[in-house]
Amino acid sequence: MSTTADPFHSDNPIYKNRLLRHRIGISLSIFAMAFGIGFLFWILAVLLINGLGAIDIEIFTRTTPAPGSEGGGLLNPIVGSLLMVGTATLISTPIGIFAGVYLAEYGHESKFAQITRFVTDIMLSAPSIVIGLFVYAVIVANVKHFSGWAGSVAIALIAIPVVVRTTDNMLQLVPASLREAAFALGAPRWKVATFIRLRAVKAGVVTGILLAVARISGETAPLLFTALSNQFFSSDMNRPMANLPVVIFQFAMSPYENWKSLAWGGALLITVSVLGLNILSRSLIRQNKTT
Amino acid sequence: MINIATLSESSPVSVDDLTPVIHVKELDFFYGSFQGLKQINLDIYERKVTAFIGPSGCGKSTLLRTFNRMYDLYPGQRAKGEIVFNGRNILDKDVDVNVLRAKVGMVFQKPTPFPMSIYENIAFGVRLYENLSKGEMDERVEWALNKAALWGEVKDKLGKSGLSLSGGQQQRLCIARAVAVKPDVVLLDEPTSALDPISTVKIEELIGELKEEYTIAIVTHNMQQAARCSDFTAYMYLGELVEFGETDKIFLNPTKKETQDYITGRFG
Repeated sequence: MSTTADPFHSDNPIYKNRLLRHRIGISLSIFAMAFGIGFLFWILAVLLINGLGAIDIEIFTRTTPAPGSEGGGLLNPIVGSLLMVGTATLISTPIGIFAGVYLAEYGHESKFAQITRFVTDIMLSAPSIVIGLFVYAVIVANVKHFSGWAGSVAIALIAIPVVVRTTDNMLQLVPASLREAAFALGAPRWKVATFIRLRAVKAGVVTGILLAVARISGETAPLLFTALSNQFFSSDMNRPMANLPVVIFQFAMSPYENWKSLAWGGALLITVSVLGLNILSRSLIRQNKTT
Repeated sequence: MINIATLSESSPVSVDDLTPVIHVKELDFFYGSFQGLKQINLDIYERKVTAFIGPSGCGKSTLLRTFNRMYDLYPGQRAKGEIVFNGRNILDKDVDVNVLRAKVGMVFQKPTPFPMSIYENIAFGVRLYENLSKGEMDERVEWALNKAALWGEVKDKLGKSGLSLSGGQQQRLCIARAVAVKPDVVLLDEPTSALDPISTVKIEELIGELKEEYTIAIVTHNMQQAARCSDFTAYMYLGELVEFGETDKIFLNPTKKETQDYITGRFG
């Protein structure tokens, strides 16, 4: 051994081999991450470049333009999307939370709960176009017209399993000792489930709802068969209703320049709102961890 | 080794003068097919501290958890025999476990504050069985926090989350919560094993004060703790009650060799 050698240098072949494998592993991981995130930033960049130009006051104040006419905005699809996503959230939140509480409380002892959990998992990955067709067959075909209500029901059906699953998962994280402590005071089971267990994971459940909202605000397929769209302003939930995803779908494929530009603007709006919801839900989770 | 000076100095009590609050007779307990307790017979006396000691897995916590039927939460766990409390066998199917648990409070190994304010942590249990006015509830909360020697530390932040307290304070909050519903018996399941020595001393002092009004049963891994704060001690091993008697006697002059071996540290 020479005296000038670095004392932390090793020629041990086992160690050198391990070091090499470590470097290969790390390089592959970094490449995979860069590949994935690269596309994400590419999408965001393209959206910003094409969409920012379309965002002005008119996009929020004017309705969608008729074919061949100049200008126009996205007032009717923005209002339509807000109405339908809002209604769907109001439908899916209580159902999702109650079902999630049921699964977490009784999921291990009842066959019915186990089947419900299984079906929820299938619903989570069901293609949204199938749900759109289902609502078309059950509601639209029966009342014989497209409507905002039908659209809300379709996207609520997509949101429910998301809320159920996150509520269930979050509740499972509550330590058994906390439940026992509540039972030890003589609290009945429903109070332990709601006042203690659900309350302990409040932020997590809200996160689940926000993620469900983010998920449904970009859904196109189920709305295509249910709410259709409406080129005029309408807040009547009984009539066909304009919504951002379907308008983007129609406008992006049109030959008119102003329509294409509005489609980019709409796409940017949806993306920014979904991004905002995700950031909000993340900060809620973080808040929950620190308190 | 046990330092004899730390043994409790209470005057010798004659068991005949004492009222048993809980009377355990031929109790068997099963985790599925595994028998966790075998033919336990013992009395828990009123306004005394009864300690359960023994190596891990000996069944001391299991026994404690039969007194408020905590095991009911888990399917597959069942008890056979008799536990007479307030003149009834609490193992009977028609006993309302919620009412039972309001009378037999419990504090756990890890502090378990509820995710709500300090005030609400106490009020939650009280509201389950009593309809108090705002003023009465304020009084009850203060009373319970005083009982748990916590009032001075939290009186200015009752609205803050119970989770914001230190571990030792959280455990005293849990004791206050258990005491607030005015139970007859308080079960303590290794209440200090997750706490630092200073918090441990505070809890032990508290046990000494609480026994003036409540019957206390405590499971502990710490033999000095049992010697310091209990009046009666039960030594358990492999699901059986090896020896039960006055703490002084168990620690100074046990009848059985197994007990002697355990408390002198030769085993366990």
